[in-house]
Amino acid sequence: MRALISLSVATLLLAACGSQPPAPEQNPAGVESRTPGAVKVDTPPVVQVKPEQIDPNSNAALRDPKSPLSKRSIYFDYDSYVVKDEFQTLLAAHGKFLAANPKMKMLIQGNADERGSREYNLALGQKRAEAVRKTLTLLGAREDQLEAVSLGEEKPACTASSEECWGKNRRGDMLYSGEF
Amino acid sequence: MRFQRLFLACAAALALCSVARAQLTVEITGAGANRLPVAIADFTGERIVAQALTSVVRADLERSGLFRLVDGGSPLSDSATPPYEDLKARGADVVAGGSVATAADGRHETRVRLSDVQKQAMLGNPAYLHSGAQLRATAHRIADFIYEKLTGEPGVFSTRIAYVVKSTGRFELKIADADGSNDQAALASREPIISPAWSPDGTKLAYVSFEAKKPVVYVHDLASGRRHVAANFKGSNSAPAWSPDGKQLAVVLTKDGSSQLYVVNADGSGVTRIATSSGIDTEPRWAPDGQFIYFTSDRGGSPQIYRTARSGGNTERVTFEGSYNVTPRLSPDGKSMAYITRNGGRFQLALMDLASKQTQILTDSAKDESPSFAPNGRMILYATEIGGRGVLAAVSSDGRVKQKLSVQAADVREPAWGPLVR
Repeated sequence: MRALISLSVATLLLAACGSQPPAPEQNPAGVESRTPGAVKVDTPPVVQVKPEQIDPNSNAALRDPKSPLSKRSIYFDYDSYVVKDEFQTLLAAHGKFLAANPKMKMLIQGNADERGSREYNLALGQKRAEAVRKTLTLLGAREDQLEAVSLGEEKPACTASSEECWGKNRRGDMLYSGEF
Repeated sequence: MRFQRLFLACAAALALCSVARAQLTVEITGAGANRLPVAIADFTGERIVAQALTSVVRADLERSGLFRLVDGGSPLSDSATPPYEDLKARGADVVAGGSVATAADGRHETRVRLSDVQKQAMLGNPAYLHSGAQLRATAHRIADFIYEKLTGEPGVFSTRIAYVVKSTGRFELKIADADGSNDQAALASREPIISPAWSPDGTKLAYVSFEAKKPVVYVHDLASGRRHVAANFKGSNSAPAWSPDGKQLAVVLTKDGSSQLYVVNADGSGVTRIATSSGIDTEPRWAPDGQFIYFTSDRGGSPQIYRTARSGGNTERVTFEGSYNVTPRLSPDGKSMAYITRNGGRFQLALMDLASKQTQILTDSAKDESPSFAPNGRMILYATEIGGRGVLAAVSSDGRVKQKLSVQAADVREPAWGPLVR
C-alpha cells in the first residue's frame, strides 16, 4: 500500500493572499519578522600609522593580514575539546592583545560538526569555546573580557557531509568588540 | 506609526503568500496491518462545501494508517438510515454520512452520523456550527470524533505542529495543522532557530534563537506574536522544556561553566540549578507526572540518558546499550521513551518501554533527530534526511505506520507536535 496524498491547498492560500485576511477563528499564529538590526560598531579611534608600521597590539593589527591577530579560528579533533599545540602561538598573540587592550572584549563561538543531536552538539561547541576561553585567560586575558558561547552545528563553515568538511566545522571562532 | 502598521500588515501578507508555496506535503509510506474498512459517504448539502469537508475527513483517517477507505456509494445524509446491505457488500464495517446546511446566523451547520454496518446501529451523531473559513478545522474535528469512537483514543487531527524551515540564508519557525496545511510563520530570521517546545496549553512556544550571535531562549505567544526572553545569561542558553503545569522551563545554561540543567519560571525569573556534573548535561524533558526530569549527560564517558527526581535525590542512568543515546522524549502516558541511538554509525529513532527496559529501533534511516510524540502517543514525529535534504517523518509506536512530510526545495527540521485541542 503506497498512496500519495497531496494535501496542498496552495491555491486556496494564494487566493486568500489576494483578497481576504485570514479568518480570526482559525487563530493564526502571530507573524513576526526578525531581521538582525545594524551591527553596532564600537571601534575606538585608530591612530593613523603607515601600513608597514602597524603596532602589533593596536586595533589595526586585528585586520592586518600579516598579523597573527587577523587569524581568528582554531580547529579541534573529533569528539575533542583540547586546544592543539599548533594553535598555542595564535592564542598567545590574542591573549597578549587582550591584556594590552583591557577595554576590548571577545566573543568566543564554539562549533561542532553535524553528526548527532543538535542540542548535544551545542554543548560540545560550548566545551570548545570554554577551552579557548581558559587558554586565553592563562595567557593574559581577563575573565570579564571574554564570553564563551556555542553555535553548535548551526553555523557550518563547510556544508558537505565529509571528513574534510567536518574538520572545518569543529571550530572555535574569536570575535572582537564591534564584530558581534 | 500608521505607515509602520501598514508595513507590518504587508510583511505578514507576503509571509503568507510565500508559505503557500512552501507547504508541507504528507506521503504515506507504511500502514497498519489490520486496517478497519470505513466508508465516508459524500455529505448532502452545499455540494462544493461538503466535498471539501469529506475529502479532508477521508485524508485524515487514511493518514492515520488505521483505516482503509471504502467507497461509500451515493451521498448519505445524517437523517437517513444507511443502506446497510449495500455497504456490507462494499466491504465497509463502519459508515459516516452527514449534511451541511446554512444556519440561521449565516454560518454552516454540519451534522454527522456514524454507524456500525455489522450491528446496524448508530455510534454517534455530533453537530458543528462553523464559518466557511473553519471548514478544514471542522473536518479535522469530525475525523477526531470518528477516530475516538472507533479506537477509544483521542484523535490528533485538530492538533498543530511546529517546525523550522531552512532555505538559503533564512530560517522560519512555522506552525501548521497536523496534516501540514494552513502553515504560518511565527518567526523569520537570518540566524538559526532550534528546539521549539509547545507550552502544555498550546498557546506558546519556547525556542532557541541565535539572532543575538549566541543561543538565547525565548517564549513566544502565538496569538499576539509577542515574545520575551526566558533565559539570556552569560554563555549559551538552550534546550527549553516546559513543566507539565506550564509554569516553569527546564533549560541548559553555561553561566557557571559547562552545559548544566536549571529551572526558570516561564517569565524568566527565579533561576535554580537542578543537577550537577563535571561534564555535559543537556536536553532536559519533564516526565508527564512532573516527578522526574530525563536528560542527556556524558558524565559516564559517553552521552547517555539519565533521570533525576524533581524533588532532589538520586540520579539514575536509563540507557546502557551502545555509546550514544540522546534526546529523551517521554510518551504522554509516561510509560515509554523515544530517543536517538547511534547504531553502527547510523543515528536512529528508538523506543524504550520504561518498565521492562525493552528497546526497539523504529526506523531504517541514518540521520534521525528530535523525536516528538503525538499527544495521543500513537505516532512519533522526527527529523531525518532523505537525499541530502532535511525532511520530517512520522512512525507509529509499533513501527508499522510511516509518513514523510517534506517541503519542496528547503530543509525541514526540529519538529514539535502540539498538545490536544480541548
